[in-house]
Amino acid sequence: MLLHDTALVYGRYLRQSLRSRFALLFGVLTPLLYLLFFGPLLTELPLGGQGSSWQVLVPGLLLQLGLFGALFAGFAVIIEKGQGVVERMRVTPVSRLALLLGRVLRDATVFVFQAVLLVLAALVMGLRAPLAGVLIGFAFVALLTLSLASVSYALGMKVRTPQEFGPLINMVSMPSMLLSGLMLPMTLAPAWLDVLSHFVPFRYLVDAVRDAYVGHYTTPHMLYGTLVALASTALSVTLGTRVFRTTGA
Amino acid sequence: MPAVISTAGLARTFRTKAGPVDAVRCVDLTVHEGEILGFLGPNGAGKTTTLRMLTTLLKPTGGAATVAGCDLATDPAGVRRASGYVAQSGGADPQITVREELVTQGRLYRLPKAEAVARAAELAEELDLTSLLDRKTGALSGGQRRRLDIAMALTHRPKVLFLDEPTTGLDPAGRADLWTLVRRLRDEHGTTVFLTTHYLDEADALADRLVIVDRGTVAAEGTPNALRLRHAGSLDATLQDTFLAITGRGPAAPAGPAPVAV
Repeated sequence: MLLHDTALVYGRYLRQSLRSRFALLFGVLTPLLYLLFFGPLLTELPLGGQGSSWQVLVPGLLLQLGLFGALFAGFAVIIEKGQGVVERMRVTPVSRLALLLGRVLRDATVFVFQAVLLVLAALVMGLRAPLAGVLIGFAFVALLTLSLASVSYALGMKVRTPQEFGPLINMVSMPSMLLSGLMLPMTLAPAWLDVLSHFVPFRYLVDAVRDAYVGHYTTPHMLYGTLVALASTALSVTLGTRVFRTTGA
Repeated sequence: MPAVISTAGLARTFRTKAGPVDAVRCVDLTVHEGEILGFLGPNGAGKTTTLRMLTTLLKPTGGAATVAGCDLATDPAGVRRASGYVAQSGGADPQITVREELVTQGRLYRLPKAEAVARAAELAEELDLTSLLDRKTGALSGGQRRRLDIAMALTHRPKVLFLDEPTTGLDPAGRADLWTLVRRLRDEHGTTVFLTTHYLDEADALADRLVIVDRGTVAAEGTPNALRLRHAGSLDATLQDTFLAITGRGPAAPAGPAPVAV
């Protein structure tokens, strides 16, 4: 039943995404701009890592895509609450977990698709990375999306208006971006900033994907990144399900 | 007539920053099978909160209730199978076609694909939506959208249909259509209808029996005529006067007289 319901909810929201092709492509625009206009600035800089500057930047942009995109996913649920769609579904026997899973799996699909577009563009710009590493990068985008979108939907169920939602999300997303070394590796940072960034979970994901992009798959970075990604996904989906199960929307 | 809904001491307190708010203090009511029950009360009386508890959307903080023999607290799934609900806001996504919404609803009620498609066609036929099946729900008129909302709520042939202010925002013709529809559902399928309204003419014309709530508890109940006689002293009294006599204030309808169906 959970599988049936999840597939149903997933299909409904995937069709919703496909209906707005413009929005589907628009999501890649910001990271693409970084790639085009920020990426070339880094090519001659000593970034301290192995590989080219593209192997440092692209993993960051991929996770930025997931970070900003997925964190704002909850907006949709606020709108749907207003339309009565959420309650209409909640009075049916449909699994509450499926109402969340169908949505976040759709988001993971959309962001991995956008990540593919971004990597293709990066290849044109000069990125060279092992295929396995690139695929691992997509897996991290998917896990990050599942995790953040779950939290975002849970928050969307709790708040009443988009006006309350936006500032809350910005409060999380901006520091997360700056403190995780998405744009430039934290190895360039002074010690205090480097230490601080270790309290931001995204840091571990970024480090892991950067290792993957240079073909290092058995490093401590990869281990920590995987653990953090899996743990936060499990935690977030559990939290999201709790909210979807109990909240009167 | 056997009772299809019965509640005892049903209550809901919301915790807010300003302290607890008792939206529903203590609602005791019985609804009989095949009855059209009008649930009336001023704004903030607890109508929607009661409805949302009876449809499993909101957990009661006190009391108990059964719907179609299923206990609200221990068998919410049974309650969901037995009841349909149309919220004030409706429940259709404006970007999606009528057909897709109806089929999806069937699938949410776990009908296999082919059956969901067949049921969608059947519901469209019954609620006069067939010619609108490929239209986006956002392009429907108020009356058409209301019929779609009701069609979605009837997908699983529920014993009880909950309607929260079903005619608010409809034009007089739309209201008259909806009244006819509600009566037909009861007459043809024996569906019990539990509806809230602010329009006293609607309650008078449609409901077999009224339950008037005020400040979270049942203030009066009975047939419209019995209430007139008991609270306003005469069968000739208007329901408006009766309502005032019961609640001490007017129904919180929009200013001016309630619209009259043509």
